[in-house]
Formats: sequence, structure tokens, C-alpha cells
Amino acid sequence: MNSDKNNRHVYWNPYFGGFLLGLLIIFTFYMTGRGLGASGVMKSSVVTVVDQVSHEHTLNNAYYSRFVEEGQSPMNNWLVFETLGVLAGAFLSGSLAGRIGFRVQHSPKITVKRRLVFALLGGVLFGLGAQIARGCTSGAALSGMAVLSTGGFITMIAIFGSAFLFAYFFRKNWI
Amino acid sequence: MGPLIPNGFLSYEWNIIIAVLIGLAFGFILEASGFSSSRKLAGLFYGYDFAVLKVFFTAALVSVIGLSYMDYLGWIDMTQLYVHPTYLWAAIIGGAIMGIGFVAGGFCPGTSICAVAIGKLDAWVYVVGIMIGIVIFSESFGTFESIYNDIHLGNITLVDSLGIPASWIILSVTALALIAFFISDVVRKRVKKVFY
Repeated sequence: MNSDKNNRHVYWNPYFGGFLLGLLIIFTFYMTGRGLGASGVMKSSVVTVVDQVSHEHTLNNAYYSRFVEEGQSPMNNWLVFETLGVLAGAFLSGSLAGRIGFRVQHSPKITVKRRLVFALLGGVLFGLGAQIARGCTSGAALSGMAVLSTGGFITMIAIFGSAFLFAYFFRKNWI
Repeated sequence: MGPLIPNGFLSYEWNIIIAVLIGLAFGFILEASGFSSSRKLAGLFYGYDFAVLKVFFTAALVSVIGLSYMDYLGWIDMTQLYVHPTYLWAAIIGGAIMGIGFVAGGFCPGTSICAVAIGKLDAWVYVVGIMIGIVIFSESFGTFESIYNDIHLGNITLVDSLGIPASWIILSVTALALIAFFISDVVRKRVKKVFY
């Protein structure tokens, strides 16, 4: 065993990680009355950028205009501060385990270019879907399930169901 | 007594500090569980790694059981918690589109942020993709508006939808998860190992 290379992929026991994540969700609801989120920060960023480019355009757009208030930056938002923490927390964990470094992770069977094209495509679809469903795996599915939200359960089933259904078409990228 | 901030036990300024601390723990747990690796996440859909299933469902069970006990003991008022609203078609269609994005890109938004933090360039590209997706949605909001708003059932829970007590629902979900954990271990032994 060349332990140095293998150690990078030694992760927590998934039940332990899940248990701690569950406790964190309880704590989040106990403190703030709401759950966790992730895609919200990307929406705030998009609204901020578009607002910088053309304030008039954000006000005229039926969707952007929901998130701009006079004299308030869309970045002054709970989820934005939470995400700053996520970046720091993941960096800390990655540092302790020696996983930091600029690289493109992909199956040896595909090229870097192919991996990046599919990453971009996947991101576009996830971004679109998360806006339609009003939340992603964190905000809609996981935090929804914690309070037995019907929509949360439906979103969770739709995400994983469709991923399993379409997995066949993307198999070359992963196995 | 809980939730603390909405009920005024803690001032609003704490909200921001708590947001950063919660995020810190969230990012650490996800990264340490291997969620910064797209090849580990995608393993769920090909049967070679079930970390997503195990972490996700364990977290859902611990949180729903914990919150119910806290409600029972009077530590938190469940009726004050934010329940993600149910828009039937938006949940189904939005979820289905996210599923394709998940298996194509290998991340979801939260996990991509963790991968960005440790320098995965594919995750940087993925986040740019998410933002493009949001722009597409916003700029053609008129097209999506009917799906977005169709069949609005309000902030309902499974207790309202199924008409059975929360305790029975939680027990059934727990049983389903335990069965899924057991099956996942059986499947994993049979599927060809993928090293990544």
C-alpha cells in the first residue's frame, strides 16, 4: 500500500457524517427556525452581478426583482454568510486530510475537456432545476425532510429517481 | 422556547455569526464525508459507493426524530419552523432536471461549494454552470412561470397529505432507510469496484 496516495481518500464513516449532519440541521432549526441551504448563494450572486450591470433590468425582470430591495445588497443574506462558512469549513477539512490542490477530477477513461463540458452542462441543469423547485438537495430535499415537508420529499424522490433513470446515458463518464 | 432567534432569545446580530459557524460545520462535515469528490457522489447511481445515500438518509432521520422529540419535550415549537412549500409540478419537474444535472456533473450545489474550496477545477466550472442556469431561468421566467406556480398546496407536511400521525410516518421512513442501507451493502459487494 502506498499509504500517501491512499490516505487522501480516507473519509469519515458515512453514518458518523450523517449523524453529525443531522445534529447540525437540528441546531440550525433550533436557532433560526429554518434549515440549511446552498443554491441560494448562487442566486444572490447572479442577482448582484445582473444588478451591477443594469439596475433597470433587474427591476423589470419578474424574477430578479423579487430579490432586490432598495438600499440593500442581495449579498446581505443569511445563506451568503453560511456559504462563507461552508468554504472555510471544507477548506479546513481538506487541509487536515491533505486534499487541497488545483486539479480536475475525472475518470481515467475520459479527457479533462469532456469532464469539464459535462460539469458545465450538469451545473446549468442543476441551476435551472433548483430555481424551478425553489431549492436544491440541501434547502428543499434535506431541510424539507427534517420537517416532513411534502414538497421536500417529492423533490428528493424526483432528484434521485431521475438521476438513477438517466445514469445509463452518462455511465461512460463515471465507470 | 425554540427557535431562538425568531422568538427573540438572541439578537439579530447573532444571526450572522451563527450563519458562519453553521456553514463552517456544514462544509467540514460534507468534505470529511467525501462529498467534495464527484466520483464518490456519482457512485450512488452506479452502485460502487453509497456514501450519499447513507449520509443523506442518516442526517434526515436524525434531524426529523430529534426535532420531534424536542417538540414533544417543549424545547422547540415545530409549528414555527419553516416548512418548504409544496408546488407539485415545480417539485417534480425541477427535481427531475436537478437529477440529470447531478448525474451529468457529479455535484449538487452544496457539494460543489466544498469541492471549490479544496481546489477542484471541475467544481468551479460546475458553479459557473449553475449561475448560467439561474440566468436562463430568470431571463425566460415567463416560460417557466406556469410550472413554477402550478398546483400550490401551501406549506404542507406529510401529516396533512397522508392523514396519518407523524410518529407513524417517521417510523416508516426509518424502516425504509434501514432496508435501503442493507440493500446498498449487498449491491456494493456485487458491483465491480471502481477505484478513484
